[in-house]
Amino acid sequence: MPDELGFFFLLMSNGVLIGLMYSLIALGFVLVYKATDAVNFAQGEFVMIAGLAVALAMSAAGAPLWVAITVGLAGMIAFGFGLERVVLRPLIGRPVIAVVMATIGLASVLRGVGPTFFGAGTKTLPLPISDAPFVIGPLFIPPIQLLGAAVSVVFLSGFGWFFLWSRKGIAMRAVADNQQVAMAMGINVERYFGLAWAMTGMVSALGGIIWGNLLGVDINLSLVGFKVFPVVILGGLDSIPGAIVGGLIVGIVENIAAGYVDPYVGGGTKDFAPYVLMILALMIRPYGIFGKKLIERV
Amino acid sequence: MIQRECGVLKTSYEADMALYPLPIARWTVAVLAVIFFLLIPLTLHEYYLSVANLVWIAVIGALGLNILVGYTGQVSIGHGAFMSVGAYTAANLATRLDSPWPVNLLAGGLMAAAVGAVVGIPSLRIKGLYLAIATLAGQLIIEWTINHVTFISGGVQASIAVPRPRLGSMVLSSQRDMYYFLLVFVVIAIVGTMNLVRSRVGRAFIAIRDQDIAAEIIGIDIFRYKLLAFAISSFYAGVTGVLYTYFLGIANYEQFQIGVSIDYLAMIIVGGLGSVLGSIFGAIFITLLPIVIRIGMESFGSVFFNPQTVLNLIPNLRLMVFGALIIFFLVVEPDGLNRLWRNIRNYFRIWPFAY
Repeated sequence: MPDELGFFFLLMSNGVLIGLMYSLIALGFVLVYKATDAVNFAQGEFVMIAGLAVALAMSAAGAPLWVAITVGLAGMIAFGFGLERVVLRPLIGRPVIAVVMATIGLASVLRGVGPTFFGAGTKTLPLPISDAPFVIGPLFIPPIQLLGAAVSVVFLSGFGWFFLWSRKGIAMRAVADNQQVAMAMGINVERYFGLAWAMTGMVSALGGIIWGNLLGVDINLSLVGFKVFPVVILGGLDSIPGAIVGGLIVGIVENIAAGYVDPYVGGGTKDFAPYVLMILALMIRPYGIFGKKLIERV
Repeated sequence: MIQRECGVLKTSYEADMALYPLPIARWTVAVLAVIFFLLIPLTLHEYYLSVANLVWIAVIGALGLNILVGYTGQVSIGHGAFMSVGAYTAANLATRLDSPWPVNLLAGGLMAAAVGAVVGIPSLRIKGLYLAIATLAGQLIIEWTINHVTFISGGVQASIAVPRPRLGSMVLSSQRDMYYFLLVFVVIAIVGTMNLVRSRVGRAFIAIRDQDIAAEIIGIDIFRYKLLAFAISSFYAGVTGVLYTYFLGIANYEQFQIGVSIDYLAMIIVGGLGSVLGSIFGAIFITLLPIVIRIGMESFGSVFFNPQTVLNLIPNLRLMVFGALIIFFLVVEPDGLNRLWRNIRNYFRIWPFAY
């Protein structure tokens, strides 16, 4: 029995750490949705491009880690601003399908750009931390997961503070709440849209570095983007605490499912279980655990 | 469609809504029929006919998706999965029961319609973005189910070989046979869609798209019509899947992954949402795009790059051009190729008499 219990705790701890790393990526999605009501179906591709840029800066240009990370962050912030200006701004006020398809198109472009300009092979993204896991009783905790979870928590609380207390954060919430009133109060709405996309770019860069270290950097890194939707739907599309809770739920559920169901169905449960959960959530509570209840019923 | 309407005065709604708006339209259709039924299949090489067949299959799928997205205003990122439902239904019937193709085609379409209606149930409560994500989940779940349930997928490779369709004693094996086979369904699909969207049902769809609250107030049962839109659209998708299976001779889930759903969405956006002609334009455009890129790169790419780079570049270039086109049309020309076509046509409408 202790072995059974140990296995369970192993799955749980793994789920919590991975879940927090999902939260980091979901945060990028939430930031944009919260401020601009736009959805980003290219979140995974953002992460991939950021990872590729950092990996390339380190391997080809031989830059030290901090320079590469700075380049990656700055590049993604600039990318976010530029993207908002060129693609998203003309789509303000258009139906949801327009923004959805624009970001899907963007995802396609980034998938083509990645291998063309950064090379198709899988690159490593070494961080100065050891590979040896911490062993606590039955638990094996790889340091990178711990680092990822820590970065997630720091940034999630950082952005939580930003939205609650800082001047820019309050302005951004005002924009999210009602664009016209915000405009009347003298807030430059378009600048805050740009800022929101830039923040998403920054968060994606961090996600790219951590996930890139964990999985290796190539085009498949963008597949983590598929985990964003269950996370944000469960937590609530516009809620930062929701991103944390949703990430934890998805991380735990997929690890438990993989641990206990996979032996019977031959694998793949990990990618499947979060979506079943998400469908249930959509039917019962579409606005998520912490989301604002704004579902019209017709 | 392409005729000039100089000096034509319509005095009733019936005349305005007619499939043939002008007497000359019959001639246009007759000319098009000659081109597509005689000229193209009898002159083109087998390879080009196989490309044309791919286009025809895409036209049917795009028409179906446009009924849902363009006319009813409900988003679906799950159409690839609905196609796979049709494909595997037909493949299983064909191999297990040895049933003829009309039965398989109908069964595949109906099964896809049923699955599509189930996936569409959340559309009662949720819309827009949430519906997009729900259908995305539907796509991934159906994909996973087909891949993991061996009763459906027929083993590890998840692919089932199907026999060629037969007409009486004739086996439709060449691309030319398939061309005629598919073209018949394309004509049925086009005429069916054109009639659907001007019928009571189609009007209800358009009312729901334009303003769902107002639609409910004037007495349209929103839930019923939304599910009906999902079912009809998925029926088209299922038929597309069955036809594609017969075209390839094999049902394989890899042909119906999420990329396919996105391809079809791209077709109707590039072609024009809520337009039959736009669906056809978009299907032709998006199907030919990768082929044109490949031929173009193979012919001219070596001028700029070495051969290996060209080979690596082709799939990536396809992705980039594809995505850029979607963004371009959304930002610059939201009504798609259909609007460009209308602009050209309107310019020539009363030409050469200005005003």
